[in-house]
Amino acid sequence: MSGKGVKETKRPPGRQLLLQGNEAIVEGALAAGCRFFAGYPITPATEISEAMSYRLPAVDGAFIQMEDEIASLGAVIGASLAGVKSMTATSGPGFSLMQENLGFACTAEVPCVIVDVMRGGPSTGLPTRVSQGDVMQARWGTHGDHPIIVLAASTTQDCFTTTVRAFNLSEKYRIPVILLADEVVAHTREKIHLPRPEEVEVIDRIRPNMPPDWYIPYEDNSRGVPPMSVFGDGYRYHVTGLIHDLRGFPTERQDEVSAFIGRIFRKITQHLLDIQQIEEEMTEDAEILVIAYGSVSRSARRAVREARERGVKAGLIQLVTLWPFPRQAVEHVLRRVRMVLVPELNMGQISREVKRISQGATRVQTLNRVDGNLITPGEILTRLVKSF
Amino acid sequence: MADVTRLVYKYLRHDKKFPHVWCPGCGNGILLGSLIRAIDTTGLEKDEIVIISGIGCVGRISVYVDFNTLHTTHGRALTFATGVKLGNPKLNVIVIMGDGDATAIGGNHFIHAARRNLDLTAIVVNNSIYGMTGGQYSPTTPYGAFATTAPYGNVEHAFSIAELAVTAGAGMVSRGSVYHASMLDELISKAILKRGFAVVEVVSHCHTQYGRRNRMGEAVEMLRWQKEAAVRVEKAAEMSQEQLRGKFTIGILADRDLPVYTREYDKIREAAKKGLKSF
Repeated sequence: MSGKGVKETKRPPGRQLLLQGNEAIVEGALAAGCRFFAGYPITPATEISEAMSYRLPAVDGAFIQMEDEIASLGAVIGASLAGVKSMTATSGPGFSLMQENLGFACTAEVPCVIVDVMRGGPSTGLPTRVSQGDVMQARWGTHGDHPIIVLAASTTQDCFTTTVRAFNLSEKYRIPVILLADEVVAHTREKIHLPRPEEVEVIDRIRPNMPPDWYIPYEDNSRGVPPMSVFGDGYRYHVTGLIHDLRGFPTERQDEVSAFIGRIFRKITQHLLDIQQIEEEMTEDAEILVIAYGSVSRSARRAVREARERGVKAGLIQLVTLWPFPRQAVEHVLRRVRMVLVPELNMGQISREVKRISQGATRVQTLNRVDGNLITPGEILTRLVKSF
Repeated sequence: MADVTRLVYKYLRHDKKFPHVWCPGCGNGILLGSLIRAIDTTGLEKDEIVIISGIGCVGRISVYVDFNTLHTTHGRALTFATGVKLGNPKLNVIVIMGDGDATAIGGNHFIHAARRNLDLTAIVVNNSIYGMTGGQYSPTTPYGAFATTAPYGNVEHAFSIAELAVTAGAGMVSRGSVYHASMLDELISKAILKRGFAVVEVVSHCHTQYGRRNRMGEAVEMLRWQKEAAVRVEKAAEMSQEQLRGKFTIGILADRDLPVYTREYDKIREAAKKGLKSF
């Protein structure tokens, strides 16, 4: 029965467990303070819903299985507005359904976490097989110009820490955060160290503390993120998906519209250093660079280490933040290497970003696999050796 | 001071510019008055109330009232409401939608919210048309009526919103009209106080889009039609099918005590905390 690993509701602190990625995501969410989950079953994310349905009521949270994914994200946004940290989890087809409400959360600046466990697509695709096909969709799936934060998890331990990070970023920047996992990391069972609750850094949304009459719901400030009041705490403001003025009322005035769009982008671009996270391995003297994320980064890490043993000066950048794409950090290394390889379980999505930022100065090679199976360390190693 | 002045001062947002967006003569204006009168009689605090509205002309109502307000994506108001209510069960959540928002794009969410018997108040303003977008037909546009997307006449038959709600499991279902404003005040306040999913279908008129294209006249004529076509539930029980043709019933159509979702979920929490195998 799935969710078995998380059936104990009292966890001794600092414990080692054998969990699958999906279960680790649940642990991370609960550690971050998530107390509401609404979802709809879909392979390979269902275990997240199941574990949440079991764990949440015991900690005075609420779980509900909604009638579809559209309803799930709607409920998540509602609960967040009522002051509860909320999450949903799905895969490709469900993620497609959620796009409209995702745009709503961006425009209304509602913190929430959406987990997309990527599987083979497009359409019904390969329900039980891995892919990384939703990377561009995570950035641009919802219509209109909008900022978004997208993170990728690659190990079970990662699933825990990156989920906590997703909640923290979401609360800090009042923005929905998408956590992209994939079928391999979601279903791989491995050792994970669960930190004690006091060891986990949890960030909560800043709430207003001025008299209600003084509250201007969407007023700009140095961070670009307005304090967020919660329904029922006395501020009685208006939340809408229409472009709105500082008070939250719909507007079409050119100056107010530009100001709003400007601010929601600026709240992210001003804080790129905080938001963008990568892991580097052996990049200081690398001549060939591999840029990878998710499950593929594990194969890449193994390949890069083996390549080094054979005298190939390879290095790895593992992307934890996919969007906004960590241009500065990557550019920094790109300048020093003569070739970069981007292995992906799609037809080339992050590779396009790498090509864009290299501006033709570095040779960018792709290694694409879309047959529902993981790129092996061997495949990457062969390419590295051949190219060196 | 006159009571209407007191109500306006207390319940309409002072910092929101009026006039509102609706056409002169629109039923939504009457609903706005009815809503705040009804809320006033319940004695609830403004901070405890959340007004959630969908997309459409009536969806614009939420910006004018001084409560916690939320204007959602089209058809999804009840799903946001579900989250708000489960997030903070102490809040009184009132969801206001049009016929298209609630029964077309939102149809699925409507029947599930009713089935769950969530403690929400759902006010569905039914003017049988998509007014905001210029007059397209809706699931409640009558057979044979004209609309911009039914230029030769509508070949679909209308839902009965109230019957749908009853069958889906709503705790309370009533229907009123903007002509019968006092009755509407009562129906809305009863629905707000009802524990469980309480639906109030509000028969309204869109003279601008529907009335004009279907020769039903201006607002006054359409209100007169509501007056003539409405039959109280008690009276309708004694009338035949023939006599009821072309009419609609008003009053409380269903009021039952069904398990309320939040109460049921509390049982789950109890069981989970005690480590039991089932509630």
